[in-house]
Amino acid sequence: MDSKEIGGGLSGADLLREIERLRAEKEELESRIHLLEAQIKPRGTAEKDKSGSCSLSSLSCPQMNGTTLSGLSPEMIHRYSRHLLLPDFGVEGQLKLSKSSILVVGAGGLGSPVAMYLAACGVGCLGIVDNDIVELNNLHRQIIHTEAYVGQSKVKSAASSCHAINSSVKLVEHREALQAVNALDIVSKYDIVVDATDNLPSRYMISDCCVLLDKPLVCGAALGLEGQLTVYNYNGGPCYRCLFPTPPPSAACQRCSDSGVLGVVPGVIGCLQALEAIKVASAVGEPLSGRMLLFDALSSRTRTVKIRGRSPVCSICGENAAFTREKFQSFDYESFTQSPMSDRSSEKLNLIPESSRITSKEYNEIVNAGEPHILVDVRPVHHFKIAAIPKSKNIPLSNLEDKLSTIDSALKQAAQDSGKCASLFVVCRRGNDSQRAVDYLSKNGFPLAKDIVGGLQSWSQFVDRTFPSY
Amino acid sequence: MQLTLEFGGGLELLCQSSKIHNVDVKPNPGEDKLTMRDLLAWVKSNLIKERPEMFVKGDSVRPGVLVLINDCDWELCGSVDTELEEKDVVVFISTLHGG
Repeated sequence: MDSKEIGGGLSGADLLREIERLRAEKEELESRIHLLEAQIKPRGTAEKDKSGSCSLSSLSCPQMNGTTLSGLSPEMIHRYSRHLLLPDFGVEGQLKLSKSSILVVGAGGLGSPVAMYLAACGVGCLGIVDNDIVELNNLHRQIIHTEAYVGQSKVKSAASSCHAINSSVKLVEHREALQAVNALDIVSKYDIVVDATDNLPSRYMISDCCVLLDKPLVCGAALGLEGQLTVYNYNGGPCYRCLFPTPPPSAACQRCSDSGVLGVVPGVIGCLQALEAIKVASAVGEPLSGRMLLFDALSSRTRTVKIRGRSPVCSICGENAAFTREKFQSFDYESFTQSPMSDRSSEKLNLIPESSRITSKEYNEIVNAGEPHILVDVRPVHHFKIAAIPKSKNIPLSNLEDKLSTIDSALKQAAQDSGKCASLFVVCRRGNDSQRAVDYLSKNGFPLAKDIVGGLQSWSQFVDRTFPSY
Repeated sequence: MQLTLEFGGGLELLCQSSKIHNVDVKPNPGEDKLTMRDLLAWVKSNLIKERPEMFVKGDSVRPGVLVLINDCDWELCGSVDTELEEKDVVVFISTLHGG
């Protein structure tokens, strides 16, 4: 209809009457739409739950209309039709999925695809637990978040994405860090747990908790260009501690924030975690229990290996294990693993005396005063290429031993140019490796070398705000 | 004895960032068998170029390293006492914790 046809040739009073008539018609149509919608939508499924409850009573028996043989509502049949068409999955698989509740620990690189696929595929209840906020440098891999959510809670952002994909899934937001004190409470509300965390103590803690509560655990990890995946505590399979009774030395624990990670690598592993969670929830196929999948992105190789079964002498799940809920709640996982429960907190080394250190502001004054000096940047070459202080000289810590003569001649050159004695300063990313370097230099002919406290991070924070942080 | 050794999960950094090594390892003099214990000692002195404590501890691997012989956890076939055979593939992989 165009406007001419509606208003053409009618007087003011006629127009009002016509508007009235159309309004009534619109109301009638809307009430019919509501009635139809109510018939296809299972009751209470579109609610977001912030109370932390994961009861599925309203879901276990969806209100049906018309097709009832399958136990799925017409809307569910339409939405999940491609699942239902799979002979190996079918109605039974979808129904089991719709009655399952799954907790995703971590809404980061792994958790992003996990949560999105679990919401899309129609699990009954999806819980997401994380304490982090979205940062710009997350977005290359944490694809559940968008620029609009930078600075906001990851759980809020993830839940909003999941809701946008499938509003019929019950979402539970746990905006807190999962720790030994709250883990039993939270995990007990779910059937399956997905470990999508980024640190070692959380991995031990989640596995122990799942053993105590007898929950299957889908565990994935990714770093650099590699990923690993397995299902713990399922069908007689091992728990994390059966495989790793003793934690590795903390020096062996690389983190994405130090070593980097190609965005799509946690994406691949997260997708596979979602797949394993779906298999466990729907009782379809052979979940990856007693086996581990290893993924090497660089060579495009995956390898699935057989791993040991449950250990009878495991301190947590073994036959004589005396690990109780009380012990769990007071267990200090950070001191057990000698690593922090966060990928973000960084080591604060105090290796050298105060007299061998200057602040970034003090160094800036030296530069501004034109005092003769050289600045050695001991970061790896690929770090130096990202950004560096002008005129700094890159000698990676690992090469320092072979480059002492280079430093010596640079100092002599600077002294010759200025006619004064030149000082030696050392910088790195955060101020730890620079201390190691100064410690070495002071014992090998450079007793006056000093490092810049807090490294380039502090330079960017206190001196040059335009210096990029990474 | 021709063996293929693979390093992953960051352990390759200890052997000049090379993941796959095709090697020829001989049993110790006077012995006709090569065990995993012998192989670890050989790897430590021939392939590991830095920080050996990131690879071995005592006569085994350090905690957090999985050893797989022909795609099977070495705990299932005798750990350090496993006897190796011609053309075996031995994988050393450090567990990852990132995400």
